[in-house]
Amino acid sequence: MESFASNPLNLLVFLPLIGAAIVAFLPKGLPNLARWAALVFSIPTLVIAIGVFYNVQNNDPGSSGFFYEYTAAWFPQIGAAWHLGVDGVSVTMVLLTAILVPLSILIAFEHDKGTQVVLALILFMQAAMMGVFITMDMVAFFIFWELGLVPMYFLINQWGGDNRRYASNKFFIYTMAGSLGLLLAIQLMAFSVGDIQGLGHPTFDIPTWLQTWPGYTGTDGNILGIAADRVKYLAFLGFFVAFSIKVPIWPFHTWLPDAHTEAPTAGSMLLAGVLLKQGAYGFIRFVIPLFPDVVARPYSPPGLDFIVLNFSEVLAFLAMMGIVLGAFAAWAQDDFKKLVAYSSVNHMGFVVMGLAMMAIVYATFWNAQQGNFETALDIAGKPLVDEDIVKLGGVDGLTLDDLSAADKAALAEEKYGTLNLTGDTSMRQDANVAMNGAVLQMFNHGLSAAAMFLLVGALYHKAHTRDLRRFGGLWHTIPVYATLLVFTSMASLGLPGLNGFTGEWLIVAGSFRVFPVLVLISMIGLLLTGAYILKGIQKVLHGPPNPEWIEYHEHHHSLEINLREFVAIAPLVVLMLVTGLYPNWILPAINDTISAMLAFAIG
Amino acid sequence: MDWLNANNLPWLIPVPPLVSFALIVLFVGRSKLWTSIVAVTSVFLSFIMAWSLFFHTTVTDKFGVTEAGEHIYDLHIFGSDFTWMDLGPTAFKMGVAVDPLTAVMLFMVPLAILMIFIYSVGYMRAYPVGDPHEIRFSRFLAYLSLFGGAMLTLVVADNLLLLFVGWEVMGLCSYLLIGFLIEKKSAYQAAVKAFMTTRVADVLMLVGIGYLFVETGTLNFREIMLNPEVLERLGDANLTGFLGLSAASIIGSFLVIGTVGKSAQFPLHGWLPDAMEGPTPVSAMIHAAAMVSAGVYMVIRMFPLLEAGGNPHHAEYTLPLIIMGVIGSVTALGAAVLGIAQNDIKRVLAYSTISQLGFMVAALGIGAYVAAAFHLITHAFFKALLFMSSGAVIHSMEHGEQHMIAEGKHPPHRVQPGEATPWGNTHLGLHGEAPDDAEWQPVMPDGIQLSFVAVPNDMRLMGGLINRIPVTAFAMLAGAASLAGAPLISAGFWSKDEILADGLLFLTDSSAFEGHAPWLHILVFLSLFFAAILTAFYTTRMWMMTFLGQPRSEMAKHATLKHEHHHGHDHAHDEHGHAHDEHGHVEAHAVVEHHDEHHHEEHAPAQGFDFRAWWSVYSNSFLMQAPLVVLAFFALTAGFVGIHPEFPILEWFTGGHNFFHEFVGKTLLHEPPGLPWSWLPVLASLTAFFVGAGLGYAIYGTPRDADEKDFMNVALGDPVWHALQNRLNLDNVWLRTLYMPFEWFGRVVVYRNIDKELIDEALHGIADAATAIGEAIKRFNRVVIDGVGDGIPYLIWQGGRRFRSIQSGRIQQYLLFSALMLLAVGTFFILQLF
Repeated sequence: MESFASNPLNLLVFLPLIGAAIVAFLPKGLPNLARWAALVFSIPTLVIAIGVFYNVQNNDPGSSGFFYEYTAAWFPQIGAAWHLGVDGVSVTMVLLTAILVPLSILIAFEHDKGTQVVLALILFMQAAMMGVFITMDMVAFFIFWELGLVPMYFLINQWGGDNRRYASNKFFIYTMAGSLGLLLAIQLMAFSVGDIQGLGHPTFDIPTWLQTWPGYTGTDGNILGIAADRVKYLAFLGFFVAFSIKVPIWPFHTWLPDAHTEAPTAGSMLLAGVLLKQGAYGFIRFVIPLFPDVVARPYSPPGLDFIVLNFSEVLAFLAMMGIVLGAFAAWAQDDFKKLVAYSSVNHMGFVVMGLAMMAIVYATFWNAQQGNFETALDIAGKPLVDEDIVKLGGVDGLTLDDLSAADKAALAEEKYGTLNLTGDTSMRQDANVAMNGAVLQMFNHGLSAAAMFLLVGALYHKAHTRDLRRFGGLWHTIPVYATLLVFTSMASLGLPGLNGFTGEWLIVAGSFRVFPVLVLISMIGLLLTGAYILKGIQKVLHGPPNPEWIEYHEHHHSLEINLREFVAIAPLVVLMLVTGLYPNWILPAINDTISAMLAFAIG
Repeated sequence: MDWLNANNLPWLIPVPPLVSFALIVLFVGRSKLWTSIVAVTSVFLSFIMAWSLFFHTTVTDKFGVTEAGEHIYDLHIFGSDFTWMDLGPTAFKMGVAVDPLTAVMLFMVPLAILMIFIYSVGYMRAYPVGDPHEIRFSRFLAYLSLFGGAMLTLVVADNLLLLFVGWEVMGLCSYLLIGFLIEKKSAYQAAVKAFMTTRVADVLMLVGIGYLFVETGTLNFREIMLNPEVLERLGDANLTGFLGLSAASIIGSFLVIGTVGKSAQFPLHGWLPDAMEGPTPVSAMIHAAAMVSAGVYMVIRMFPLLEAGGNPHHAEYTLPLIIMGVIGSVTALGAAVLGIAQNDIKRVLAYSTISQLGFMVAALGIGAYVAAAFHLITHAFFKALLFMSSGAVIHSMEHGEQHMIAEGKHPPHRVQPGEATPWGNTHLGLHGEAPDDAEWQPVMPDGIQLSFVAVPNDMRLMGGLINRIPVTAFAMLAGAASLAGAPLISAGFWSKDEILADGLLFLTDSSAFEGHAPWLHILVFLSLFFAAILTAFYTTRMWMMTFLGQPRSEMAKHATLKHEHHHGHDHAHDEHGHAHDEHGHVEAHAVVEHHDEHHHEEHAPAQGFDFRAWWSVYSNSFLMQAPLVVLAFFALTAGFVGIHPEFPILEWFTGGHNFFHEFVGKTLLHEPPGLPWSWLPVLASLTAFFVGAGLGYAIYGTPRDADEKDFMNVALGDPVWHALQNRLNLDNVWLRTLYMPFEWFGRVVVYRNIDKELIDEALHGIADAATAIGEAIKRFNRVVIDGVGDGIPYLIWQGGRRFRSIQSGRIQQYLLFSALMLLAVGTFFILQLF
């Protein structure tokens, strides 16, 4: 077995951790030493992350689908192990984390009070965030998941804005509450999977779970003596609620504007840039592949038989609500930072739309592969009825129940021409497009939201207000800041040629045929994205120059972005432009993983 | 990479302006001279490359089309592509290509852009606003460069997505340029209006592009448009699409909506007249060379898809065609009606643009593919010319205004409500005053005053300018003739004639319709015919009011383009006497030069030609008028390439060919059939021109006073006239039915009612309940502990207190969790348990 330190993934977790410890225990009274030490500790992580990404992008994953797998005994008594590995989706998130942390450390330089602690907390949080994305063990995942909350809680609670107590408590309790269901579900599933494997003890190994849990129907249809359907549904709920709060999916989003607004700039950058992505990552890694049967189960509310919904349709509906209402709420803000915070709800809504598309198609193909062709066709909106058998040349008197799975597949093929499940790949291709877009959007939103928060923070730090009504006409006073604000706003708005567009377009394209109405309604949200982005630009930069600020700028404190902030935002600007012009610098890694996820049931 | 390979050349065409943008923003922005040099040089490079490619493809290579005119879709076309996005097993390829339609655009666009750049340098050098960093000039040229680069990107794109990139970047540039005067409320409101109105259409177009991509797996023009199998499948409602519509109809309608926004068609036209808030070269850019043309270019480009499943030549109209035909007709006629009631010279042109774009869109609706492309090209030339001429007119009027200030007189003064202009521009009023506090309160967009006319733009105050700026006057006459459709000698005549000829197909070749009712053809022809009459009328009115008769104001008397020695207003104010002297001196100089303005170069050497002296007086005059002359040439002659092959008398020239038709027609899979020759459309065109222009001459050819009521005002009555000037209140309707309810919904319903009151209050309720239960348990503990407490040691009691506090916290969490579950999953999940 390779040594612990030679596996780069171990380093990704432990380097920041060591850095945090060292920064925290540096001699007091030397804030500059702490600042540069923290920055220096975040750089090797970035280099390693780039190297890992490069290798994942350019190599074949092999049979397991994971790179850099590393296993060591950790907690054998309960079946937990130190198991690491990355695939194309997680490595993208690792790269994003590694990019954003040094930049947010640069921004955190601005704290004079408790400098060391802030920086140590950021490094500590980096370790936790990295851990979430690279661990292959459920116990470790849960620990990292919870650990990420702690430094953020203290950052908001100690270094936040005026309403920081309320915001930090809301953030912490809300997210924690979601996690409890996750914890129960993990326990339950670990025992079940251990049983299936015949290990005699629970197992938390994620790849094992992915193989065994979805098809598991319990012993005699029961898990722990309760109907398997219901148990699976409850486990699903635990996962769903935990990740929904984190994303956040509408209506779980109200902690976000408060936490983002009150957090210090560096905290907002990481919160919007990385923490939100953990929720979406949880959907991709766990919810969709672990619960295709629950996702696909059609359901009618009692007495409303004409409504038949399944989970993915509900998810798509919530995505639409997030996109539209998030944009409306952002538009309503007069606090610049809150406006940007609500824009995250809007942008993450698109990610959720892609997740819903992935969920429905994954469930369809999973059911088809299990031989449940009727379920699969129902989910896909292409049902078979008994009459089809005669109509399409079968023997009269047969019903669907008499047919074998293969016959049903053939029947579906005949009825739906080239657009059916087995012969044609169009539905899978749509999901691939949408899901590539969703992961790309996660990356892109990480860049542009961090940059937006950086800019809002840069202005707030100097002007000590975020009230849009008080600014105005600053364009020629602070030309560099103005240019950066317009650029970043446009990336956030989804201007083609910049990064935001690529992800959004793929999601819209991929989801349209399955959710045409929801996508069209979502376009109201995309329209209003323009409204709130322009509101931000206009209220700060346009209009008659406010003499109050001109006076302040010339005699008290320059409002122009300073060199440190410029250095921090420059990499983001470059990445936003490069990703917009050539998204394929990052897309192949994502595409390989998503294609592999969808490739399991080729007819 | 072989850079000299013609296949790679299209990549390079948009690059110089984009590089210029970067250079100006990053490096040379502080120097006006270097900014000008970089910007103009970059466009010149693009121009050279584009024209080389144009002549290479048209004269030398002819796209490899065989002599027999055979045309297949994998035919040699200049271009190349590369993988841009990996998507599952397939990939999206980004590329460029030059086919005949692109080639024609590559002739027109770079030429127009180059002229606009040269003109802009002259115009903006003397733009009467200052700024603390002197970056306004370079900002302008930087935006313009980006605009030009985006337009060229759009033109050379070989797929819809790259086209959309150029399309949206232009939208951004137009936003930045319209709102160029950042201090001016009406300017930034117009900018937001333009951006948001076009975005309404763009988000739907985005869906259309996405749907097209998943339906075909490609967005490449040739792979879709020249592939009959794909078109047939998309056009068949039984195979693809939903709601009884074929995929082609749905996609096509979304794309057409995109054009409705971008090309300012009814009902999304309201932003374009307001876009006049931008400096004049912007108007030329937006209205001629670039943005609005892009909208029409896109539908021309996608035409085979729009007609898939139908055939307009047999009166089988598809949904996108019907949308285009109806909206184009309504727009062409409606905007022409509004055009007659405008007193702002730029606004007349704005409405004429909307109207002319309506001509093209309507033409495409009835399948007049070539005619629409033809009118797009000719219109670009004469509209760029007209806008830049109007800019020269306005500029000369501003000069007259400054002259009056220098002489101590008070120029006409109109204060635009809500306006605050700290740089002290007199005709905008309120200079030197601090903006009032209301400016920082949230306000409704009342900055745009529909009937407000800035003084230098007001045609009622002009008159007699032909004596002051003769070159501009004659150049503008050429443009006006083309817009009005002056027979034979103007480009606009030939292209408009071809559209009308297509519309008249129901009379000239009714057998083609095979028994279907050609109702769309009839509708389009009738509205375009009346629109053409009105066009000739208001064009004549505009030119006459501006240039003929006696000057109707002091400003018009002193209007000139020469010398800009005191363009800074503060300068003019602070050193009043000095400016007066200097002005008097130069004015005398100008009077000497006045009568032989065209011959100054011959005069100059006799006096020992001093280039610096000449340049200091004539630089703006030259930079602004030379492009006009170039464009005037094309505005008159560009139409000769598209004459009907059987047009009498001119056969010696055409040689039996309609060059434009044969060339552009090759873009399509099947070259569209030429129209049968008939006198009817020619008669229609002639009638339209002579009726309209004749009426205009009869009414506005007579001298009038500045305060005199407009003849049409008298004829139509005040209510109608004011309604026309206020654009029939349509903008207000949008404001009240869409903007305000949306704003209210966001602020009150979504943010306050839903997020704050419903969701957050529910969370707080849960938290309060949890706290209350925790408190109750704490009390219970205290009672229990107190009850047995006498004998219990102090330390245990303290430990219990600690434990208690932990416990109550946890209970809060558990309760919060369970209640959250209820809230979270709602009825859906809960009910599913049963």
